[in-house]
Amino acid sequence: MKILVPVKRVIDYNVKVRVKADGSGADLTSVKMSMNPFDEIAVEEAVRLKEKGVVSEIVVISIGMPQAKDTLRTALAMGADRAILIEATTDVNQDIEPLSVAKILEKIVEEEKPDLIIAGKQAIDNDVNATGQMLAGLLGWGQATFASAIEITDGSALVTREIDGGLQTIRVKLPAVVTADLRLNEPRYVALPNIMKAKKKPLEERPVAALGVDIAPRLKVVRTVEPAGRSAGVRVASVDELVEKLKNEAGVI
Amino acid sequence: MSVLLLAEVHNGQLATDAVAKALSALAPLNDSVDILIMTGEDVGAAKEASQLDGVSRVLVAQDETLAHGLAEPSAALVLSLAPGYTHIAAPATAYSRNILPRVAALLDVMMIADVTAIESADTFERPIYAGNAVQTVTSTDRIKVFSIRTPVFKAAGQGAVAPVEILRPIVDPGLSSWVEETTIASERPDLTSARVVVSGGRGIGSKEYFETIVKLADKMGAAVGASRAAVDLGYAPNDWQVGQTGKVVAPDLYFAVGISGAIQHLAGMKDSRVIVAINKDEDAPILRIADYALVGDLFSIVPELTEKL
Ligand SMILES: Cc1cc2nc3c(=O)[nH]c(=O)nc-3n(C[C@H](O)[C@H](O)[C@H](O)COP(=O)(O)OP(=O)(O)OC[C@H]3O[C@@H](n4cnc5c(N)ncnc54)[C@H](O)[C@@H]3O)c2cc1C
Ligand SMILES: Cc1cc2nc3c(=O)[nH]c(=O)nc-3n(C[C@H](O)[C@H](O)[C@H](O)COP(=O)(O)OP(=O)(O)OC[C@H]3O[C@@H](n4cnc5c(N)ncnc54)[C@H](O)[C@@H]3O)c2cc1C
Repeated sequence: MKILVPVKRVIDYNVKVRVKADGSGADLTSVKMSMNPFDEIAVEEAVRLKEKGVVSEIVVISIGMPQAKDTLRTALAMGADRAILIEATTDVNQDIEPLSVAKILEKIVEEEKPDLIIAGKQAIDNDVNATGQMLAGLLGWGQATFASAIEITDGSALVTREIDGGLQTIRVKLPAVVTADLRLNEPRYVALPNIMKAKKKPLEERPVAALGVDIAPRLKVVRTVEPAGRSAGVRVASVDELVEKLKNEAGVI
Repeated sequence: MSVLLLAEVHNGQLATDAVAKALSALAPLNDSVDILIMTGEDVGAAKEASQLDGVSRVLVAQDETLAHGLAEPSAALVLSLAPGYTHIAAPATAYSRNILPRVAALLDVMMIADVTAIESADTFERPIYAGNAVQTVTSTDRIKVFSIRTPVFKAAGQGAVAPVEILRPIVDPGLSSWVEETTIASERPDLTSARVVVSGGRGIGSKEYFETIVKLADKMGAAVGASRAAVDLGYAPNDWQVGQTGKVVAPDLYFAVGISGAIQHLAGMKDSRVIVAINKDEDAPILRIADYALVGDLFSIVPELTEKL
């Protein structure tokens, strides 16, 4: 069985994002970039399925800047077998919309014919939470989003999903798209020897133009601003003072 | 122009608060709004939806395949109705996040997630980077598909009577099937619509002690929330997680107890009207955004607070 995992290079989750003064977007020049945390979880799950003998090959793919190669190397060091980089931009501020990403992935799926795609539930930069669902729709495949457990059994995946109100288990026929939620697993730390080994694994670079997919954005950014900030309020010295203030000053209890 | 608004039904109950808030979010469009209810159960929820102000029609599709929010049959049904609408919207919940992007892709349009304000028929405001930036985008697509971050809106009123129409169910593509659900029925208010939310973090220290947070919440008729750390450690169930990748809340009063205030947590609660932080660390980031900060040991503060409220 073959798995495809799309991984996105995003601003590191520890970085405090600043908005550019001209309102055109967030300032992404010279900030630390990392693999989207949900995609680390997706790669980890694929590697575990391989270790269990359920999966024979893991292909990781990223769409974006040439620097996304670093992200793909990380995935290879975690245990993926092969990587594909679709070069779509050289400008860090030019993000590719999920609809375009899904269309590009659709083309690659036609070539690679994976049995399962595990994507992240959302990218932590734009927080759209859409790519996996869009891809499943375009392919006409079943989908299981926000997975916290995956079990592969003859021709289908039994997936536990984090939904509002608790957990839901569904069975989805393969091939299918699954998106990873936070509690699916805890990704491993990559050991140095594996980083060295990953350098020898195949990484194919392809220009997006050759795929013939229209990636013109559908959304135009009118402006990007910092949200209205909150300033620190008052320190209270005791529970009595807190209760008094909530009653008489804030009027919320 | 007209709007199709997806309304979620769970165990026969309409998510009334979310739908009512979505209706006022949609008001700037000045359009007729049809509510779509997809359910496996009886259609009682339709009557409730029909009484909300600003609804033109309530469309109901009732079929076993629509009972559990499975993406493929639900998206197929929405798609069959799409040609009649300029906008397709839903409150931003796990339910709609599963269905809407699939619909958008099949209409060849971009998904606009977590809208916090509608400026015009094609221009929407949404937070990005865990709420560290707010972006206004204009969509060039012919149909706008978007989800609404409902907690930041006031609920529309009730008292209207819109007609209810029953739709013919579609054929289920049969790609997935429901197996089971473990949802905990609770008397507590829903996290995203509660007036007061009490959240606990890693500082609570154990699943057992988390019960004290629950007690404090119950004393105030509040909903209970948690940080990701508290959920990962098993102190609280997954659907209590507040934050960038959990639920977004905006209650009148939010208690953060033993929560440091990571940006991912703040993204889910910083629009609360009044924030109270209880933390033993003078320098915890949560104290920088709290309206009332009580620095001290939660193990003595929480029981005392529960008693005195
Ligand atoms: C500052 C800023 C500027 C912008 N400017 C532009 C612009 O100039 N042009 C434009 O088109 N749009 C622009 N946008 C809009 C933006 O492209 C979309 O909102 C964004 O792509 C949403 O995707 P997401 O990464 O949140 O996807 P999600 O749907 O949240 O991602 C989910 C999963 O899909 C997979 N995935 C997503 N993207 C990729 C990828 N590239 N490679 C591999 N796997 C992937 C991963 O597995 C990921 O976990 C801009 C947005 C911002 C914030
Ligand atoms: C991709 C990604 C997504 C994430 N999404 C979310 C999300 O949606 N929501 C979320 O919350 N987090 C999220 N996080 C995690 C986030 O970064 C933080 O790790 C998390 O919020 C920390 O939880 P905490 O504040 O409970 O724990 P900590 O940061 O460990 O803070 C515990 C606090 O308790 C205080 N404390 C300890 N003992 C006591 C005591 N006896 N009395 C009083 N105070 C005490 C400490 O001073 C400290 O401030 C995400 C992270 C990633 C990478």
